[in-house]
Amino acid sequence: MSEPAEAIAADVGSDPALERRVRDTRRAGGLGRFILRRSLTGLGTLLFVLAFNFVLFQLLPGDPAARYRGVRDISAEAIAKLREELNAPLWDQFINYIKDPLSLDALSTFSGESVWSTIFGSLWPTVVLLGTATLVATIVGVWIGIKAGWNRGSKFDKASTGVTLLLYATPEFWLGLLLIMLFSTGVGPFPALFPSGTIKDAGIDALSIEGVINIAYHTVLPATALALVYLADYSLIMRASIVDELGQDYLTTARAKGLMDYQIRRRHAVPNASLPTITLIFLSFGFIIGGAITVETVFSYPGLGLLSVEAIGTQDLPLLQALFLFTSAAVILFNIIADVTIALVDPRIRV
Amino acid sequence: MSVETAPMQVLSSRAIARQRRVRSTKRFVEAFAQHKSGVLGVVMLLVFVVLGLLAPVLFPAEMIEPINTVNNPRMASPSAEFWLGTDELGRSVLALLVWAIRPSLIVGISASIIAMILGTLLGISSGHFRNWFGALCERLTDWFLVIPFLPLVIVLAAVFGQQGDWILIVVLGITAWPGTARLVRAQTLSVEGRPYIERAKVLGNSDWKQMSRHVLPNVMPLVIANTTLTVAIVILSQTTLAFIGLTDPNSVNWGSMLDNASASGAPLRGAWWYLLPPGICVILVVLAFTLIGRALEVVLNPRLGSE
Repeated sequence: MSEPAEAIAADVGSDPALERRVRDTRRAGGLGRFILRRSLTGLGTLLFVLAFNFVLFQLLPGDPAARYRGVRDISAEAIAKLREELNAPLWDQFINYIKDPLSLDALSTFSGESVWSTIFGSLWPTVVLLGTATLVATIVGVWIGIKAGWNRGSKFDKASTGVTLLLYATPEFWLGLLLIMLFSTGVGPFPALFPSGTIKDAGIDALSIEGVINIAYHTVLPATALALVYLADYSLIMRASIVDELGQDYLTTARAKGLMDYQIRRRHAVPNASLPTITLIFLSFGFIIGGAITVETVFSYPGLGLLSVEAIGTQDLPLLQALFLFTSAAVILFNIIADVTIALVDPRIRV
Repeated sequence: MSVETAPMQVLSSRAIARQRRVRSTKRFVEAFAQHKSGVLGVVMLLVFVVLGLLAPVLFPAEMIEPINTVNNPRMASPSAEFWLGTDELGRSVLALLVWAIRPSLIVGISASIIAMILGTLLGISSGHFRNWFGALCERLTDWFLVIPFLPLVIVLAAVFGQQGDWILIVVLGITAWPGTARLVRAQTLSVEGRPYIERAKVLGNSDWKQMSRHVLPNVMPLVIANTTLTVAIVILSQTTLAFIGLTDPNSVNWGSMLDNASASGAPLRGAWWYLLPPGICVILVVLAFTLIGRALEVVLNPRLGSE
């Protein structure tokens, strides 16, 4: 398989640019290789985050072991062991850290429990909230973007661009506070429709039908707050990509074939314009996590965001660092998924 | 013959350069004025700047010190005396609102300037140097680009503690640069392909001179447009950090106002006068910078063309 390419490479001889192109073509070989290469880059990023985390720990002022004072059931031996570890030379500490980079046995300085079990315990509410919000934001945002971009300059375009720019500038937690005031407390003509605080009423099994309905009921307001802010991002990008496609030759061809306007839009323009939007939805995951932190706080929604803010309040640094590591890893993973999805859809990217 | 060319020679090269600069500034202002939304952004921003500067005149600093407001009604709805009502300590919400303009603008702009300098340095270096140093700068940008912004800022702010606004500026500045760096790198690569850079190289200019005299002026317009958009994001982040209690508790800003409003139960009491205005101010300032940034992008980057 690689013989012809080799022959060409030999022919090309001293032209480095052409040589590189030949090499790239060969490298483009398979999707498997692309995924492997992309995963290795992701791993590199993760190593960087780990090193970064180590440096941060060194910057901490004061006696780190003393932070466990507040935990009642932590043994004196555990504190002594921690002290001993912390008094080791920097190099030994780094070796220790590399041996166990995820600090699998790290304890929260507030509750004394393992940070990782605390994190996994609070994971599912965040998944529910972010999943719902992203889904709604994607559907509505892409719909607005297509409609506005296709009829550029129309009344709908002007109105929706104005509204999306406003939403883009809105802090999501403030929107959450407003929603609580309007629909949870009930002001003036607004009835108190939805609950705020916690993810489900006490005593209901989350996995029963009643539990799912109850969770959905509690998720409406926080998900709306997040979705409203993020649909602004998505619709602005979708609009820009549709506008980019407007002048393309293939649309003129489609029109010349006598296709109806909506057919051209649905079958030709939208699939091509969706590509950058899909990437961006995956890439914006890091920002959505940021939004979840404040929205969960406002609604006392017991996910990772609320956990982070509580950890800030109690100065629980081991938990904060584990949370940082976890969210970074999640974002890196989503980046890889985005790249692989695009590579599947568009073979040009695989190079 | 020489008489005719004489008026030209009177102008020194410096004067010609100045003339050219005046002309291009004029052209820029005219082009910017074409963008109604951009002009609207400038007007909005000016209103905030003027109000921020006039804060001590409009509302003397004693007015927002809790010790002077014990006799005022608490959480009172708007009245003739307090146009936007009072907070849980009896302070005028309107006075707080105006005093909060300064920290928002100062932190937002200073942090963005740090991000601009870092982003430009790393971006140009990663595009200019074709050795290990350039590769390192590129990797560093890619790594920071992936790290989720708010969790990173939270960890940094938690580690450095609530030591006042300057630490906030540094933390926001060292987290907001990667976007700028990537943009600058792309632009540097396209500039470096042009013949005059090759000429500069052949003439023996140092790397520093090539970068500062030839690449930087070509990259700067994009950087300025990008920095204006960064200010918007930084102000939003600052508000978020203040809201979750990671900034100096003594500083009066819109995020901490919302934090106090939320903590004192304003949403449950229906205290809209306390809840609405800080959010609206954030939206207006962020919107102003976004509108200016978008207009600058179009004016300074002819490749964007119609859009």
